[in-house]
This record gives sequence, C-alpha cells and structure tokens, in this order.
Amino acid sequence: MSSGHVTKRAKYKTSIKDPGTPGALRLNEQKLMFMPDNRNSTTKLSVEFKSIQGHKYTKEGSNKPPLINLSNTQGGSYIFEFDSYSDLHVCRDFVSKILEKKSRDTSSVASEKAAVTLPDEQLSAAEMHLRIKLLQEDSELQNLHQQFVGGNILTEAEFWAARKKLLDRDSSRKSNQRVGFKSVMISEIRPLTDGRTNKVTFSLTPEIILQIFAEKPSVHRAFLNLVPNKMTEMEFWTKYCRAEYLNRTKNVHAAAAEAAEDEELALFLKEDDILATEVRKKIRRVDPTLDMEADEGDDYMHLPDHGIFRDGSKELNESQHELYRRTLLQDLNRHAAVVLEGRTVDVEMEDNTRAVAEALARSKQGNCGLKFSCKEGADGNESEERLDRMARATALEDLQPPHSLPLAPLSIKDARDYFDSQQVNALETSRDPSGKMESLGSLSTQEAYASVRDAISQIKAMGVSDPIINPEVALKVFNGLTHSISSIKYNHGKNPRESVLDRLPTATKEKLLQHWTCIQELLKHFWSSYPITTPYLYAKVTRLKDAMSNIYRQLEEMKASLKSDLRHQVSLLVRPMQQALDAAIQHHDADLQKRSAKSGGERPNGYV
Amino acid sequence: MSVDGRGYPDYIVILVLVCDYWIPFHAKMRNPTKPFPTTLSRMLAFLNAILTLNQLNQVVVIATGCNSCDYIYDSSKATNQSFGNGRMPTLCATLLQNLEEFMTRDEQLGKGEAEERIACSLLSGSLSMALCYIQRVFRSGSLHPQPRVPIDSCYIGAQNSAFLQQASYITSGVHHKPQQLDGLFQYLLTIFATDLHSRNFLQLPKPVGVDFRASCFCHKSTIDMSYICSVCLSIFCTRHKKCSTWGSVFAKGAADLKLMKDHGNGTDLRQG
Repeated sequence: MSSGHVTKRAKYKTSIKDPGTPGALRLNEQKLMFMPDNRNSTTKLSVEFKSIQGHKYTKEGSNKPPLINLSNTQGGSYIFEFDSYSDLHVCRDFVSKILEKKSRDTSSVASEKAAVTLPDEQLSAAEMHLRIKLLQEDSELQNLHQQFVGGNILTEAEFWAARKKLLDRDSSRKSNQRVGFKSVMISEIRPLTDGRTNKVTFSLTPEIILQIFAEKPSVHRAFLNLVPNKMTEMEFWTKYCRAEYLNRTKNVHAAAAEAAEDEELALFLKEDDILATEVRKKIRRVDPTLDMEADEGDDYMHLPDHGIFRDGSKELNESQHELYRRTLLQDLNRHAAVVLEGRTVDVEMEDNTRAVAEALARSKQGNCGLKFSCKEGADGNESEERLDRMARATALEDLQPPHSLPLAPLSIKDARDYFDSQQVNALETSRDPSGKMESLGSLSTQEAYASVRDAISQIKAMGVSDPIINPEVALKVFNGLTHSISSIKYNHGKNPRESVLDRLPTATKEKLLQHWTCIQELLKHFWSSYPITTPYLYAKVTRLKDAMSNIYRQLEEMKASLKSDLRHQVSLLVRPMQQALDAAIQHHDADLQKRSAKSGGERPNGYV
Repeated sequence: MSVDGRGYPDYIVILVLVCDYWIPFHAKMRNPTKPFPTTLSRMLAFLNAILTLNQLNQVVVIATGCNSCDYIYDSSKATNQSFGNGRMPTLCATLLQNLEEFMTRDEQLGKGEAEERIACSLLSGSLSMALCYIQRVFRSGSLHPQPRVPIDSCYIGAQNSAFLQQASYITSGVHHKPQQLDGLFQYLLTIFATDLHSRNFLQLPKPVGVDFRASCFCHKSTIDMSYICSVCLSIFCTRHKKCSTWGSVFAKGAADLKLMKDHGNGTDLRQG
C-alpha cells in the first residue's frame, strides 16, 4: 500500500486467554500506538518498531480468531485481535514490510565498518552511506576515524560534528543526469508498407510521440484540444499518419484536396502556425543596428568570384497550394532546435499520452515565463522596444557607471605548508632573550623631533657622507651574506619552497605528519569542551587527556629511536607540538585542581 | 622598508620606499653615535643608486611619523630645481627639505596630546598609500595587468617583526635584518636593489623560517593561546568584557554561570 500508516479496530490482549481491551490500533513507519476505547483505562501503548523483533499471526481458515503477536527485543509480546481476517492481513503486511526494511538497513550497515551508530543517534541510511563513502575515499580521514572512534576516545557524533561541511557538500551532488533527445529524427516516422495487402503501418512509441509534440506545437495543441473530447487517441494518430503519408508523397494537389474535406487533417498538413508566430516574433527582435566596420569585410557582391549570383527570373511561380509544401530544411532545423533545448519531460514517468502532452505543456509554460518577455502589444510597444535596443547598442563607454571591481578570491592555504616554519619559534625561544629593546633613558618627544631636525640640517650642510661605506665593513657584510645564504642552502635545499620535511626519510615524515594531524584533532576537541559544564564533557576531556599523554610519549619514543643527525631537526619540529600538548595538559590539571578546591566541602549530586 | 613594483618589463624598478621614523623609538635610544643621520644619508645614496641603474626607474618615498604619513619625494614629478648650494644631487635636497617640513607638520599635529599616550605605528596607513600609488601607476598605463607587488622589508632594531616577515613571505619579497648597521648601504644595494627579473636567478637571503604566529589585538604581542571572539575571530590575550573590533558584549563565562544563569547574547568568548 502506498500510505504510510494503517489504523484498524483491534483488541489488545496481554495473553491469548485475555479477553482484551477494545480500542484502535494505529501503525506508522516508526511505531505502533494503541488507544483503548475507554479513556480511563491504562492500557495505552506506544511502541517503536525498533524494538519489535518479529510477528506471528493466525492463519485464515483455521478456527482461531484473527490474532497478531508482535514480539519485542526484551522477550515480551503484544497481542492484538482484529475484527476480521482482512484487517489482520493489512496489518500483517504493513508490519512485515517495516520489519523487512529494518533488517535490510541493519544488515547493510553491519556489513560495512564495525559499530558505526549509537542507539541514541537517529541516522538515515543515506547519511550512513555518505559517511562510509567519505571514509573510503580519504585514507587520512579513515586513519583518524579508526584511531579515535575505534579507540573509544571520541564518539562518532563528535567526530563528524566537526566535519559538517564535508557531509553537506556530498549530499548535494546527488542529481541524476537525464538523457536528452536523440539527434536522429525519429519524428520522421516511416511506415512499413505491405505490397500485398496495400496496407501501410505506422508504429508510434511514447518517445516518438514526445518528440512530435516537442517539434510541432500545433499538433500538440490539437491533441490537447481534440483528445478525448472530439476523437480518440487512435483516430488522432491515424489522421496524423495520413497527413504524414500525404506529405511524403509530395503530391501537393492530393494533399490540398483532402485538406479541403477534413478540417483536422488540414491542421496537420499546413504549416505550423505556432511556430510561424514564434519566428515572426524573433524576426522583430533582430537588432536593426548595423556594425559598419564589421560589415565592410562582408561585401561579397562587388568582389569577383565570391558568393552565388541569384537570378530571380528563373524562379517558378508560386502555386496556390504552396501552403501544403513542407521542406526538409524546415523540419531539420526545427528538430535541431528542439534537441538543443533539452528534455524537460521524462516519458517513463507518464502513464499515457495525455499525461505526456500535459506535462510538456506545463514545462513550456514555465519556460515561456522565464525565457521570453512575451510582450505582445500594439506596434507602438514594438517600436519602443526597438529604440531601446538601439540605445543599448550604441552605448557610450565613458558615460557608463563604473563596473564593480573584481574581487580577489580568498585563498586559504593548506596548513601543511606552514608546518616546518614552526621551528622558527622553537629557535627563537631557545635563543636567550637578551636581545630585548634597550629602554635606557628617554628623550621627550620634543627633543626627539629636534634631534631629527638637527640631523637633517647636518646632512644639508655637509652633504651625504663620503665615503658612504667603509671597505672593510663592506667586505664583512658580503662574507656574512654569502655564509648565511650558503648555510641556508645547505640546510634547506636549493628549492626555495622545499621544506625541512622533505629531507627526512619518508617513514619518519609520514609518522610526523600523522601525529600532527592527530594532535590537531585532539586539541580541537579538547579546547572546544571547555568550559566544562556537564559530566559528559568531563568524561570526554579525561579521555582526550589520556590520549594526549599517550601521543606525547609516542613522540618521545620516536625522537629517541632516530639517528643522531636527524634527531636535532626532528626535535625542532616536534617541539611546538609538545608545547601545545603541554599547555593543554597543564590547563586540564589546573582546572581540575580549581574544581576540587572549589567543591571541597559540599558536593551536590551529579554536579561535577 | 621598501615596496617594489613591477615596471612594464621586468627589469625596471618602481620603488616605493616607506620609511617608518617612529619618533618614540628614537626617543628611547641613547646611542651616542646617533645612527639616524647616517641611516638617512645611506638611504639617500641608495635611492640615487636605484635611479642610476636604469633610466626608467622611479622612486617614491613615503614617511610614517607619529601622527601622519605623507609623500616625501616622487622622482617622476621632480623638477630640476636645485636647492641650496648645489653640493648634493637634487634628489637629496628635495627629499630633505620635504622631510623637514613633514616633521614640523607632524609635530604640530602631535601638540596637545598627552605625553604618556601609547603611540602606535602608522605603518598600515603608509603601506596602503604605497599600494594605492602603485595601482594608480598601473591603471594609467595602456596595459592593465594585476601588478605583482613584492614587499621587501629591512628591519633595523633589536627585535624581530613577525608582521613584516609574514608580509614579505606572502608577497614573495625579501626580508632581512642587517647584522651590522654601518654596512647598511651594502645591504641595501646587494639585496634590495635587485629587480624582479634578476630575482629569478639571484640567491637572496631567506629567513630560516617565518613566524606565523598570530598577535593579540590588544597588545600586538605574539601568542599561542588566546581568547577569540566567536563572530569576528579577533584574538585577545586576556578576558575582555566586549570585543574591541565591533563592540559586542561577551557572554558571561563559566565561572560566573553559577551566580547567574544567563547565556548571553549569542556571542561567546571561547578559549583556544
């Protein structure tokens, strides 16, 4: 059944022998509810389907009353007796559908990574798949996930809470690609001719019909008007195919003769008036202004050997039945235009031709509102439009308002580029802080200004000092610069963007980066948990702190295990990480002390 | 500090020199050799040298004082009028004259303020002026490329400037702190006079690493742990009652939660 819920009269029994309380049983996708008739009775029920494990029911044809027995996960059961077996069947089908869906979901999840949901987290199956997909795509993310969620340091919800952007972005990429129209002109239906019986058979599929409606709007309109009021669909298409056949024979006179008799046939034979009006509109909107400069190159008339010379004297007279002649070129152009416009109606979705026609009409209406501003007015409007267009074409550049300035896009760099620059801080702090500013004495501002002015007048009087630089000093400067440049080159490599990391062996580098991302993640969660207001946060912070001490130890071990020439560089890199961890652990201990000091005496229940 | 600009070909230099003569700095120094006049004369020689390297080179000098910033010299506008006694090139004479006038004006602006006012550097203002000048030069030409403006910084002083380091790194300029002040001219000519074309094959000194740490908004000191406004991400080293960038009042902290159960206006001061 298509509805999402079922309501039936039933009696709720606690056991088979129990006479049961009459009431109404209501089932929907998440739970079942039972309301007894007697409002004062206490046997109201509301049970989630999550806790329903299985169902048993009495068979029709047996002498037993129609009963259904729903067993839940704790071993209890709910028994309902229905008025009739048909009610029982309806409810039974519904329940079995839900249970089946539930088992499918749980089994598909269980077959993937272990233990991904918590019972208190309501996740749809789609979100679950999305998370698993993300984990499979990014191995770094997978490592983090395994380490933290698998190691019981963070819960699933916390891990993904920081990554909402990833989840959101993926869910919007769901649009299916629709197949467009074929470039083959299937609307040019060719019949099968049977020479013996002189029968001509046309076969129309829904796809062909959709194309016909798209390419020939007057046929579309005729269909909507005539079927099923004036004629059946079969008759309509018969007439249409007859018109096509007549056109194919290129017998204009025969076509005219038949058109004179049958009104509807005439519709199909003469030119499409809707298309004609559209084309006329388009012609009116053509830009009448002339680009003189560009046109000069297009003058084919006065250059010899260019273009085709047209001699109007050889043209045939127009026959009075010109109306019924249709050219291949017109059809081809129209088909191409329709294909390029794209498909807006899905044939599979519609049940019959009428529905297809209506869907197409609806989509066209929508398009018309968007694409053209269909201003059909008097000619006055048209000329106004034309003037407006001309004004736009001859716009004067200097009278334009200023264009909005282009914005530079925000470029957020990968944090890893800055990884190795942290060692500068380590170097700075390791140097002794004696290079502080000498705050010896102070001149007042006035005196300072005066001294500057003195200096200026001194230079004016004496000229720029000569020599500008002492040769020994210059040599020293050169040597110093050369030395520093070459030492940096030695330490950091020739490439200015090459980092210290690249000079370490790959295994060490990978481990370092992994530790770093773990530490970032831990610190992120750690600092966001403060200030601690609930016991949950407290437990989380304790877990995080243990993990941080663990990583600290791992860093120390790694440093000790390295060869001596690498050890110094790695310790420089590792130092800021350790500093960050130290700061966090210190803060945690301080906070703990403060708490225990504050609540030294009375401690209300549950308050941490 | 200097700002280099790219001329139309790569080997032409449009140098916009931003000189930060922060008066309180000089007020605190008591160095008897008084480096200021010598620094100034070396700078003048350096500017002259730049102009000599190529006929199309241009030099603009912007001075940052205590209370104002202003253009001191523009080589594209200089007239051939010579000041004084002809003992020095026009550039120096004009520049010194303008500098003197600028100092007088700056002092006038500063009159009436309290002596103990905390002075802050107007470097950002003069950098903006420099960049606007460069943009104007490029827009007035027939080409409209986006100029790539590397910012070179030469730091004279005891400490290190994280801001200048970061600025030079991000704009792929050169940052250097001369070890010997009396060799300043040599440093300037060797490192900072190079045009962009030559920088492709010259090895210029690179700092060991750049200090990317953030600075707090209240004291401008580099910090590792700070309080951050959850809306505008301004960084503070101590707990504040309201954000100094946009004035919103912060919510009460956890310590005060026991006293008043009020969760504030939706803005929060987080620690991290």
